[in-house]
Amino acid sequence: MSRETRLLMGMPITIEIVDNGFDGMLAEAFAIFADVDARFSLWKPESEICGLNRGELAQADASPEMREVFALAERTKAETAGFFDMRRPDGTVDPSGIVKGWAVRKVADHIRAAGACNFFVDAGGDIQSSGNNQASEPWKVGIRNPFNPDQIIKAVTPKGWGIATSGNYVRGDHIYNPHNPAETVCGIVSLTVIARDVLEADRFATAAFAMGRAGIDFIELRGGLEGYLVDDRGIGTETSGFGAFVTQ
Amino acid sequence: MASARNAALGLITAVLIGGAGAGSANASLWSLLTDAPDQSTPQSADPPSVDTTGKSTVMAAGHGLAYKDGSFTGQTFDAYYGPVQVQANVTGGHIVSVDVLQFPKDRRTSRYINSQALPMLKSEVISAQTTQVDIISGATLTSQAFIRSLRTALKQAAPGT
Repeated sequence: MSRETRLLMGMPITIEIVDNGFDGMLAEAFAIFADVDARFSLWKPESEICGLNRGELAQADASPEMREVFALAERTKAETAGFFDMRRPDGTVDPSGIVKGWAVRKVADHIRAAGACNFFVDAGGDIQSSGNNQASEPWKVGIRNPFNPDQIIKAVTPKGWGIATSGNYVRGDHIYNPHNPAETVCGIVSLTVIARDVLEADRFATAAFAMGRAGIDFIELRGGLEGYLVDDRGIGTETSGFGAFVTQ
Repeated sequence: MASARNAALGLITAVLIGGAGAGSANASLWSLLTDAPDQSTPQSADPPSVDTTGKSTVMAAGHGLAYKDGSFTGQTFDAYYGPVQVQANVTGGHIVSVDVLQFPKDRRTSRYINSQALPMLKSEVISAQTTQVDIISGATLTSQAFIRSLRTALKQAAPGT
């Protein structure tokens, strides 16, 4: 078993591989995250995304990774009635709402391709797990209580699916409604989405959170997604298929 | 710095548990009804043209503040896919059910929500679980947004507002 947590992309990233013989894999996996950070960080002036936003680099000349993420962002915008939009009012682009999930999936694919079956990758609550934990039991993921970080309010077994939580109780108001940039999303404080993989979970969690309360209806409506929403009064609302993932 | 933040968080948490607790749970159902509830004017009239096939009931959980008995119709609000309006039914000071009076009927997707999605969504008061888990989804760091959100919640949860 190998496990390590590092602070990268402004958040704790934990990777655990239960299978033996993958000691070198953690370094490889974290190197992928470091590459993603160097390319997509809005906080590093030398990053590719900052170069694009300053107009020093044309989109046509962007790296394959950048173009892949931009294509994903456009697809997400189309699939969510514009509630995910990487284009900011000032004309710059910020795809970070999906970069996290994209990076976690990329790393999980890399670990899987190397032959590991039992592992998880967790980047700030965007989680892709595979197989079982060290006790040979299915991985269990807790959903944090947005009002008390020491508590969990649900325990789920993702069964190989990805899980992501969007909230406005962390790192400031980082989610906004593209249809009304001046408005701060209120009423809901946390939205967890379970999807086929962590990228799907992340991009729909981000977009549906911006819809406010209707976000959970959107998740219910769209196939292949389940969700759990917590509002600012401490009421949790779950989609019809969410219960199948809940565990004791 | 970190310890100061933790101390502040502990205080806020204590306020939440001690001050609002179960009261906020019942009050919270109001937020499902309308952004600006008028709790002082119960309506006795029959709800206008309710589509009974799409009627949805959310049972209130926990103990709550002493609301006035009656049926209270919330304001219509835009829930992204169209207008939604609900009515809360209060008996013995507690919200016993919430009826969905109005939701979109004009589009195919809306009809789907109308007939299936809304009634299938299940709501409950969140509660701490003791299950041992391997990983946690959510976020650790609190922020100004957290405290602002909590303040709003407590203000709205107070009786007589």
